[in-house]
Amino acid sequence: MSTFVKFIIDGKICLSEEGKQLIEAAKENDIYIPTLCNYPGIPPKGSCRICTVLINNRPATACTTKVTENMDIKTSTPELEDFRKAVIELLFSEGNHFCPSCERSGNCELQALAYKYRIAVSRFPYFFPERTIESWHPKLIKDHNRCILCKRCIRGIKNNEGKTIFAYGRRGQYLEINIDPETSKNISDELAEQAMNICPVGAILVKEKGFITPIGKRKYDYNIIGSEIENQ
Amino acid sequence: MGNTINAVIKKYNGDETRLMDILLDIQTELGYISDWTIEQISKALDIPAVEIIQTLSFYHFFHREPKGKYTIYLNDSVVSNFNGKDEVKKAFEEEAGIKFGQVTPDGLIGLFETSCIGMSDQEPAALINEQPFPSLTPEKAKKIIRMMKDGKSIEDIKGNKYGEGNNSHYLMRSLVNNNIQERGPVIFSDYTPGEAIKKIVKELSSTDIIEEIKKSYLRGRGGAGFPTGLKWEIARKAQGDIKYIFCNADEGEPGTFKDRVILTELPKLVFEGMVIAGYAVGAKYGILYLRNEYRYMRDYLEHVLQEMRDDGLLGKFIGGKKGFDFDIRIQCGAGAYVCGEESALIESAEGKRGEPRDRPPFPVESGYLNKPTVVNNVETFCTAVKIILYGSEWYNRMGTKESRGTKVLSVSGDCERPGIYEVEWGFSVNDILRKAGAKTHEILAVQVGGPSGSCISEKEFGRVLAYEDLATGGSLIIIGKKRNLIKDVVLNFQHFFMEESCGSCVPCRVLTVVYKKIIEKIVRGEGKSSDIENLQKWSVYMKNNRCGLGQTATNPTITAIKNFKYLFDESVKNNSESFNTSFNEDEAVKEYIEIFNKK
Ligand SMILES: Cc1cc2nc3c(=O)[nH]c(=O)nc-3n(C[C@H](O)[C@H](O)[C@H](O)COP(=O)(O)O)c2cc1C
Ligand code: SF4
Ligand code: SF4
Ligand code: FES
Ligand code: FES
Repeated sequence: MSTFVKFIIDGKICLSEEGKQLIEAAKENDIYIPTLCNYPGIPPKGSCRICTVLINNRPATACTTKVTENMDIKTSTPELEDFRKAVIELLFSEGNHFCPSCERSGNCELQALAYKYRIAVSRFPYFFPERTIESWHPKLIKDHNRCILCKRCIRGIKNNEGKTIFAYGRRGQYLEINIDPETSKNISDELAEQAMNICPVGAILVKEKGFITPIGKRKYDYNIIGSEIENQ
Repeated sequence: MGNTINAVIKKYNGDETRLMDILLDIQTELGYISDWTIEQISKALDIPAVEIIQTLSFYHFFHREPKGKYTIYLNDSVVSNFNGKDEVKKAFEEEAGIKFGQVTPDGLIGLFETSCIGMSDQEPAALINEQPFPSLTPEKAKKIIRMMKDGKSIEDIKGNKYGEGNNSHYLMRSLVNNNIQERGPVIFSDYTPGEAIKKIVKELSSTDIIEEIKKSYLRGRGGAGFPTGLKWEIARKAQGDIKYIFCNADEGEPGTFKDRVILTELPKLVFEGMVIAGYAVGAKYGILYLRNEYRYMRDYLEHVLQEMRDDGLLGKFIGGKKGFDFDIRIQCGAGAYVCGEESALIESAEGKRGEPRDRPPFPVESGYLNKPTVVNNVETFCTAVKIILYGSEWYNRMGTKESRGTKVLSVSGDCERPGIYEVEWGFSVNDILRKAGAKTHEILAVQVGGPSGSCISEKEFGRVLAYEDLATGGSLIIIGKKRNLIKDVVLNFQHFFMEESCGSCVPCRVLTVVYKKIIEKIVRGEGKSSDIENLQKWSVYMKNNRCGLGQTATNPTITAIKNFKYLFDESVKNNSESFNTSFNEDEAVKEYIEIFNKK
């Protein structure tokens, strides 16, 4: 039997199973902590830092933290909210996100977070980097302009032999996602679609699959990201 | 070629966690790692090619194309620039007939830059086919290129004026000098290899050792200052059939070179410290993680390890004691500062890209191959040996309340006697400046603790080096009044962090670029006072990065602004807030003019 623990989020007393990921534990208690690189069911890798919260007054990422008894968690101080806004703006400055022409618009977590935080323009200088779109793969398109390097595809997608398909290349500002021609050669339509769906933005697309859900009927067209958790 | 690859892979038993060694050895044999080679490794190890590229492309000393029969990496560190790097660079370029970043058409010579190679006491320095060439001048640079064109070997080009001490050992033959300016009572005092091992075998249990180290209040010398006794105790108590001891010899903080000298002159002291840690923790395996820039020491260090095995100080039945087994292997890096961070170091030693791990768990609970792992700095191990030999009481008589014992400092920059100084904790910056022969009235600033530390002004030269005041991993770069602080120091450091971020965390990956760009803008004379305000404001976002690199990566800028605000104000004073200072009319209409003129 699992043990339940009591902890406090933003002054509210919460309950959950001991050792549960803080993101999930908060969700059970109707509290939304913004995430980008986290994806339910795959091992977390605190890389985007957007889920940073204060645990006993020290910053930590909620996706890599497990709840324990009496943890005192703050998720929305003005500093934390400003930090989150900065992370989103940094991602918009770093890549090329021309949302109006993007297939993912309306289903994009980055765009949805920008709406939530009412971001019109980034406070940081735009890089306008020269990045490519790869289309050599029979099923997938990899648009490097939109990639936020969250590693969700690396961690979440393996071929049917359990082998890696996506991996990082280089480092720092040159960091990129590479697709392995061998291990990705015979991927099924389902796996290709899973890869598209695991990507929070429009950086992995499946060929000939665009705009199946029309604009206006997409996930965040009318609903603010996280509202489904907060308005339980 | 296929044979070479297979032989190397066989040497490491086809173990994919040894990918770093496999790539290093293959590159040594073949010069570079081609796509074809990657394919062969991928097949032999049965791992996807993208995973090999993920590791390979992370490290800047791995190349996927030929980089010249002779590959020259000229040091781009701050002190190298102080000491005339630009002239040396020009001389290399003129004589080779190519620019930096290029390889000569005949494939003979490649010219590249690299960040600090741990030679700040003898700059400008370069690594040529992994051999250090310190104290370069334009004349020497030209001669080196001419000898290459004449087909001389690296040994011939080096000549035979080797450095002092073990630098002249037949397995090292390096041109590097030690520059030990002051020997202190702990690290550089008399030492007979094996004495401490003899002592523990005779009279100390593992808990005795940990108690003694705890009583000494020894704190780690790698920068973070974690209590060593406590670290060993946690690792001892951690669950695990196998445990590991790592010695961190990645020494990548620009301006730091003390571990280079310790490894050259006192390798047995370092290794003996690892053996003692192994005994205390219950570990049988040790790994020395040696930065690629120090790979020139490897054969010599391997030889030292063999000597210790022959003397019964390593291997089985150490000191004749049944069950006391411990051995050490050397893991070389391939060029990545972040690998000095302990969890990145472990990832790298497992054959992966050097990306720091999320914590918890800490390495002492789950480290190398997910086993409990102690990571300590080179100097920490040396100090531990002396504490075991002479006792914590002896040790506690030196230093200050929070900082016992001595610290080995790397001193470089504008002074007469750059080099290393072993001093008792509690010295002031002024004391060090005096020892190093720096004239206080000619000094503008001192960079304490490298780029991740702080840039202090004269007002603070009275401050004391100790954990309770100016904590330091042990480096001081002295910056004279003749230097342009923003251009020569701050910009160089911000460029360094931009290049060295592993890229995982958003604030670290992106803001390091933003900071570099804004400092560049200020240096070009296009900065505004709002730029300075933003630089100060935005650094708070860095505190939420995963590792120490990102958390401190804007320190060069913010500590310089804090202590030298007038320099920044001066450089922006003519620029009004109300127009775009970076706008350049000629640049903006360039394409139009080109098209127009073609017609
Ligand atoms: C970016 C970065 C680079 C580091 N580089 C080194 C290094 O070169 N050598 C070192 O001993 N510690 C380095 N450290 C500190 C290590 O993470 C670790 O704290 C240290 O090796 C522990 O040994 P100690 O307790 O003996 O100091 C670095 C830390 C960071 C964040
Ligand atoms: S492709 Fe998508 S899932 Fe993969 S790292 Fe980029 S943004 Fe993340
Ligand atoms: S702070 Fe920077 S170097 Fe450290 S893990 Fe994050 S991105 Fe990598
Ligand atoms: S969601 Fe936690 S760091 Fe990205
Ligand atoms: S709308 Fe977000 S990347 Fe396309």
